[in-house]
Amino acid sequence: MKFERYGIGIAKGMALTFKHLFRAPITVQYPEEKLNVSRRIRGNELVWYLNRCTGCATCAKACPQGNIEIVTHVGPKNNYVVDKFEVDCGRCMFCGLCVEACPYDALAMGRSYERSQYRRQDVILSKEQLQPSDIRQPSGYARPLIEATLPKQSLLVNWNKKEGGQKLSWLGLSKKRGRGV
Amino acid sequence: MTLLDQFRLFLGGSWPDWAAYLVAGIVGIVLVLAFVLVLVIVFIWVERRLLGRFQIRLGPNRLGPEGIFQPLATGAKLLMKEDIVPAKADKVLHWLAPVIVFVPVLMIFAVVPIERGAILTDLNVGIVYVVAISAVSAIGIYAAGWASNNKYALIAAFRTVAQMVSYELPIVLAIIGVVLMTGSLSMTKIVESQSIPYIMLQPLGFVIFFLGTVAEMNRSPFDLLEADSEIVAGYHIEYSGFKFAMFYIGEYGHALAYACIITTLFLAGWQGPFLPPIIWFLIKVLAVFGFIVWMRATLPRLRVDQLMSFAWKGLLPMAIVNLFMVAAEMLWLPEINLWILVVVNVTAAGVLVLLWSRLFSLGGGRVEV
Repeated sequence: MKFERYGIGIAKGMALTFKHLFRAPITVQYPEEKLNVSRRIRGNELVWYLNRCTGCATCAKACPQGNIEIVTHVGPKNNYVVDKFEVDCGRCMFCGLCVEACPYDALAMGRSYERSQYRRQDVILSKEQLQPSDIRQPSGYARPLIEATLPKQSLLVNWNKKEGGQKLSWLGLSKKRGRGV
Repeated sequence: MTLLDQFRLFLGGSWPDWAAYLVAGIVGIVLVLAFVLVLVIVFIWVERRLLGRFQIRLGPNRLGPEGIFQPLATGAKLLMKEDIVPAKADKVLHWLAPVIVFVPVLMIFAVVPIERGAILTDLNVGIVYVVAISAVSAIGIYAAGWASNNKYALIAAFRTVAQMVSYELPIVLAIIGVVLMTGSLSMTKIVESQSIPYIMLQPLGFVIFFLGTVAEMNRSPFDLLEADSEIVAGYHIEYSGFKFAMFYIGEYGHALAYACIITTLFLAGWQGPFLPPIIWFLIKVLAVFGFIVWMRATLPRLRVDQLMSFAWKGLLPMAIVNLFMVAAEMLWLPEINLWILVVVNVTAAGVLVLLWSRLFSLGGGRVEV
């Protein structure tokens, strides 16, 4: 006797949704919990290294928008000294061409994606603001050496603990569950 | 004698009769309303959190501990919204419809026994009163659909009437089974007579009554009149602000009322070991509601023709068979050990459900898909 047409489908469906009660919820509670982003993310900013930059302005030429403004003068050892290095992140589309173009790895995409400001002039980043700091970390985009040091992206499909996923939680209470950064 | 009668007699000792009657009545009504509104808020919260968990989400958990104040925020939002009445609407009906939907739902709770004696009025025709009152809200929904002057609302109204009328019959027939076994229409007596819950004595009646009430309260998978994907929001598409809030509370109040009635009729009401009766009652009501949410999270919506055929070809004949079965048992075997009846009826219910499910497979089960 086949039970295929005797309501077994309903029973199967009910069992499936019942199993969901025992899964960790897929929801990421954003401001408290943040997932690890991709190691090669092109975030919402650039990171610029003062000591590596030779002021060759290759990045400015590579930029499709003409977004990077670089002003130099000739230094004592016949080198370029960078007076001004300004990126308007409001116009930047984060294509990463400047980073790929840089011959001295002096420019990198940033990892952060939380760079909203209340005023337009605040997203124009100056020479000092662009340098790496605690909150301004370079991503691994076109920079394999940096990429190797970054943590792996956290994926929501790894919900099972055995597969290296997240902790199982019964009601998914609003406590921090320590997923990623 | 209910607790309310005792309170009235206590007041009557020192007060004039009419004052005691009035005060006792008002106190009782306020208590029942508070019970209903608090439980409705809890129900809204439970539904949203539980539905979230069934869908591997969290549900609202920000406002207050575990998001328990989210329904209050929703209510505050609805109260502050502009009350829009469409230009071509039937203004009076448009205003009246939410009231017609909302009030009968509250009236049902007059005969819901929360505990022994904790009932507003122990009518001797309690269950008939419930059936009669709950049928009124269909008129309200129909009025809402008509008064909105909106094609989707009107489609929803038509569907509501068809659905409510169809599912009323199996519900009533299932109730008659319970009444036959109890020998009384009073809700309190129905609970008191359940030494074995009727869910075990009449499993078929329970299934019919449960599915019928889920259809009556217009919840998924029978939520054809609100079918968001077909007719937007159905009958309350043109409603906003406080009127919509009344529909919203009315909907959950309906769910609460029917959960209470299922508990009373089939799950032995407040009876249960160890815990106080009111806790047992609340546990059973929440369990019934949890099951309804579970169904909503799982089952897809029926088509209109499926809905009708399920009522008329599935539930109604089964309800009649159930009624005859119970009647025969009561007539010829009144002294039999109840546990034998449990075994017989559970088996009969299983066989009947299996047999009847053939009707709903393609070509009566002869066609392979």
